[in-house]
Amino acid sequence: MTNIVVLVKQVPDTYSERKLTETDHTLDRESADAVLDEINERAVEEALKIKEAGEGEVTVLCVGPDRATDAIRKALSMGADKAVHVSDEALHGSDLVATSRVIAAAIGKLDSVDLVIAGNEASDGRGGAVPAVVAELLGLPQLTHAHHLAVEGSTVKVDRETADEGITHLEANLPALVSVTEKINEPRYPSFKGIMAAKKKPVETYTVADLGIDAGEVGLTNAWSAVQSASPKPPRQAGERVEDDGEGGTKIAEYLVGQKLV
Amino acid sequence: MDLSLTTEQQALRDTAREFVDAEIVPNIQEWDRAEAVDRAIVGKLGDIGFLGLTVPERYGGSGGNHLDYCLMMEEIGRGDSSVRGIVSVSLGLVAKTVLRFGTEQQKQAWLPGLCSGASLACFGLTEPDTGSDAANLNSKAVRDGDDWVINGSKMFITNGTWADLALIFARTGGTGPKGVSAFLVPTGTPGFSHTEIKGKLGLRGQSTGELTLDNVRVPAEAMLGSEGEGFRIAMAALDKGRMSVAAGCVGLARAALDASVRYATERDQFGKPIAGFQLVQEMLADMAVATDAARLLVWRVADLIDREQPFGTAASMAKLHATENAVNAANQAIQVFGGYGYIDEYPVGKYLRDARVMTLYEGTSQIQKLLIGRALTGVSAFT
Ligand SMILES: Cc1cc2nc3c(=O)[nH]c(=O)nc-3n(C[C@H](O)[C@H](O)[C@H](O)COP(=O)(O)OP(=O)(O)OC[C@H]3O[C@@H](n4cnc5c(N)ncnc54)[C@H](O)[C@@H]3O)c2cc1C
Repeated sequence: MTNIVVLVKQVPDTYSERKLTETDHTLDRESADAVLDEINERAVEEALKIKEAGEGEVTVLCVGPDRATDAIRKALSMGADKAVHVSDEALHGSDLVATSRVIAAAIGKLDSVDLVIAGNEASDGRGGAVPAVVAELLGLPQLTHAHHLAVEGSTVKVDRETADEGITHLEANLPALVSVTEKINEPRYPSFKGIMAAKKKPVETYTVADLGIDAGEVGLTNAWSAVQSASPKPPRQAGERVEDDGEGGTKIAEYLVGQKLV
Repeated sequence: MDLSLTTEQQALRDTAREFVDAEIVPNIQEWDRAEAVDRAIVGKLGDIGFLGLTVPERYGGSGGNHLDYCLMMEEIGRGDSSVRGIVSVSLGLVAKTVLRFGTEQQKQAWLPGLCSGASLACFGLTEPDTGSDAANLNSKAVRDGDDWVINGSKMFITNGTWADLALIFARTGGTGPKGVSAFLVPTGTPGFSHTEIKGKLGLRGQSTGELTLDNVRVPAEAMLGSEGEGFRIAMAALDKGRMSVAAGCVGLARAALDASVRYATERDQFGKPIAGFQLVQEMLADMAVATDAARLLVWRVADLIDREQPFGTAASMAKLHATENAVNAANQAIQVFGGYGYIDEYPVGKYLRDARVMTLYEGTSQIQKLLIGRALTGVSAFT
């Protein structure tokens, strides 16, 4: 029986326009459609595959505002068994260290966790450090950037792939934490039965106080990093047109070299 | 009255949208040009439980009600009417009819496969000489010991060359509707053959076949419902089928509207986006109003079915309005696109070609008006 916790985050849809609020430069969650981050769908998929191959239970854990219930429900309708939702006004603007502490404390509330699976980085903040910090706080081995994952008995094996270091084979004893990349799998769609079943699955909600964390340790005012200013991305420039007069291929190659793209 | 969707219905619609945008929309031009969808799409629809909507889980279905079904059909119709038609026929016209009129054995035999997408069904009513006047069909089934032997031909049968199961209507008695019976015929039965009908204006991605039944022998248990009940079964199937076509047409019209709105805001003429011209806005507004009206008519049918109320006339109204609107909306979309609407780089031309058949099949617009007129006056204008 493998007890798996998947960390999931609700993020603004990458297809919609994403903005920071003018007042405190935190993410403007109202301006964009909110979705379950695709990398987390892959993390859920991986957990479900492990569960389906043997025995296990998949719990999704989400730190986020009330509306994040939609993201949680999606993970449940894909097939996760239950959920933990940490929602608290005090968390608004928390940095990744505070967020990781909250996640670690929430994981601590669950009995016998064998494996924690996260996405390697969220598509909004893109800090990419939460999995490592959570592993550190919980004293778990961290196997990050996995593009392949296998649980064999009480060990977990991972192929770690990064642009800089190529592929490394990692192995650790359970319990452990794994973060997965885009390449790990193709997530399933929730089935109609899964959607209907999701409403009956238990969702436990916690405030930071429930987790024994002081509100003074989290939130924007207690963050170690601050955004001083932000400006919107400049509008896209008109593309460069290459007419093919027989030399088209060469011209494109020259352009790409000029832009240092090849 | 509350027209808002439940959390589950919103989730169903969102999943359907996501599925359609990822698995269908990117392929429509290729499937249209190739005159065949990638049939793997059927299994994928089965995997997520869409081919089992409204069929109970004990028969391999996924449960759900008719509003759920319409939400799914609107989204699939927004993506590709060919795919929508495959589902409408296999699930809407055949599986649901087996569920309603079948014996326990027939349900066990056919529903799990149809709901998973492992098998596909077709609905064989129309014949070369009898279209609107289906009650006069000529195919014949003759009793021979414990079997029935069926002879005849069927025209314009959706899924006709792909189906594993054919629901065939044939004459077992005298003339007129009361002489017709329905049969569940495995398409592999000796004497059963099909030819693909090529060169369709639209719905090019789906198979449309002509079926020939030459001494096709089936056991007595293959009859669906009782002897002479066939025409009633066909009409009951088509009442629900009309809702299904109408829901798909709401999706098609919405696709035409969405494409038009996007194009109108991007295309500049006379120094400003064409969306800024009142005559263009009029086209968009007309499309939006008629499409929302169509959706409300469709939802009313679903609600009536789910509450087990009579829905036949409401289904005819929904089908009549939604299909005529799909043709209009697609046609208007081409107007908004100008010359670019006339080439298949953009999808609006395909929307019109696909929409055009909707006012013809499952009862032409004229036939729907006669049904509505008969319900209003109590007088039949059919003969
Ligand atoms: C792509 C495609 C898929 C199809 N799929 C199926 C399928 O899966 N199964 C199936 O059984 N059939 C199917 N059909 C057949 C379809 O249902 C018939 O085409 C339709 O019923 C019309 O019949 P018809 O073509 O013979 O036209 P006709 O009945 O000959 O009609 C011709 C014209 O006369 C009008 N008309 C006829 N009678 C009257 C009347 N009493 N009063 C006023 N006007 C009248 C009609 O409205 C129409 O305008 C399909 C057709 C197409 C094109």
